[in-house]
Amino acid sequence: MKVMNCPLNGPRNIQEFAYGGEVIPQPAADAGAEPWADWVFMQNNTAGVVREWWLHVTSGYWFIAERDTVRDQILRTYPASEVFRVRMDVTAPEATAWGGESK
Amino acid sequence: MPFGLLKYGLRSEYKPQPVLPKRPELKSSYDVVIIGAGGHGLAAAYYLAKVHGITDVAVLDKGYLAGGNTARNTAIIRSNYLTPEGVAFYDEAMHLWSGLSQEFDFNLQVSNRGHLTLAHSDAALRTMRWRAEVNKHMGVKSELIYPDEIRKLCPQLDLSKNTRWPILGALHHPPGATVRHDAMAWGYAHGASTRGVEIHQHTEVTGFQRDGDRITAVETSRGTVQCGRVLQAVAGSSSRVGDMAGLRLPIRTTPLQACVSIPLMPFLDPIIVSGSLHTYIWQTARGELVMGGAGDPYPGYFTRSTLDFKEGLIAHVLELFPFLGEVRFMRQWAGMTDMTPDFSPIMGRTPLSNYYIDSGWGTWGFKATPVAGKRMAETVATDRVPDILSPFDMQRFLRFDQVGERGAASVGH
Repeated sequence: MKVMNCPLNGPRNIQEFAYGGEVIPQPAADAGAEPWADWVFMQNNTAGVVREWWLHVTSGYWFIAERDTVRDQILRTYPASEVFRVRMDVTAPEATAWGGESK
Repeated sequence: MPFGLLKYGLRSEYKPQPVLPKRPELKSSYDVVIIGAGGHGLAAAYYLAKVHGITDVAVLDKGYLAGGNTARNTAIIRSNYLTPEGVAFYDEAMHLWSGLSQEFDFNLQVSNRGHLTLAHSDAALRTMRWRAEVNKHMGVKSELIYPDEIRKLCPQLDLSKNTRWPILGALHHPPGATVRHDAMAWGYAHGASTRGVEIHQHTEVTGFQRDGDRITAVETSRGTVQCGRVLQAVAGSSSRVGDMAGLRLPIRTTPLQACVSIPLMPFLDPIIVSGSLHTYIWQTARGELVMGGAGDPYPGYFTRSTLDFKEGLIAHVLELFPFLGEVRFMRQWAGMTDMTPDFSPIMGRTPLSNYYIDSGWGTWGFKATPVAGKRMAETVATDRVPDILSPFDMQRFLRFDQVGERGAASVGH
């Protein structure tokens, strides 16, 4: 794996890219500590084809790659818009004072 | 031991001593099944037999004896960590290391040569001071030293201001040493098998049979064995084996590369590490320079070596030792490291009642082999986690209760 095909910029040296973790949806903001700890810390660590976030550092462009983690091969790279097709409206939870009770 | 040596020297015939007996057939059941015949698995088997008298043990490995990360690390042992929990743990290992050659009656080539962790920035100097003070508080010899003293220990280092990141100081850890890693594995394997432990190479675990929260049997490529207790000690395959047992782990398996130069005349006494430059280097008794750096920038289950790793590594080695520019590589290799979020291991109990785990060893596992083996044997034998292991409980992440050792464990930032 020496060359990665950036969907925006074309094939580039793998050193121009940064790995961004597996594509896994975030828990809801009010989901509680355990789902968030699981999302932040726990890993599938799959031996096989994984869908991952990658960043082309030089151009600041995030995209998705499907990579075989056993054969060290990139199968496909594509823009995130292929997967994320619905606009998300995020409302921030109500701010609370430090030490106060959250909803 | 001296009289035995004399007797041996006066013999007229020298019969080769095999490390292990011929591999037997798998029995139908064992009190303890240890998955992974690397350093940690073998050490656990050794201490189970020697300290706890538990000998109905099978150690299984899908490959050859200690052919995983035990064969691939860069053989440095030290206890100059950052947290009190980490320092106490690794220092227990250092005490065990110092007696192991004698205990095995087998030379592990423990070479106590001192360890220098270079600081190239004010922030790094502060961390070295922090580590030195915690080390001293825990009874471990470490001290922050400055370029004048560094020069006495390692005059070949470029201590001038002509470098991109001049050396401002270093954490000097005199007990730091190197060990012949294969000899350690053979010592533990021989010690375990002469006490009745069975070691089964080329025996791959393919699944488990479960009854409620107990593992009742281990399925392997050579048959199924009933088990009283199971210890998982497989670096590089922790998630794959853990998945079979239904465990959820915070591990990312990532390649770590290393390389060695052709032999050179001896010039480098201490072990040199630079966190800022992602580099560590020491010289073996055969004159080879062992060099390593940060783990690969993306996870994977492969042990291939890359050019870009070496370009980065050698650029930094030459900052430290510019005269090495013409030296040739002799060998390159890699291991598969189970990286955890806090750069500390995962040890102790699991949600299964008779399944124990020794995992998450990332780039910091070799030095801990004796204490991990001894304390995991204690855990399996007594079904109780000793206090020294409790900070490394696998559930700590769900409590946001990490043992942060990134700077001290690794050179990857």
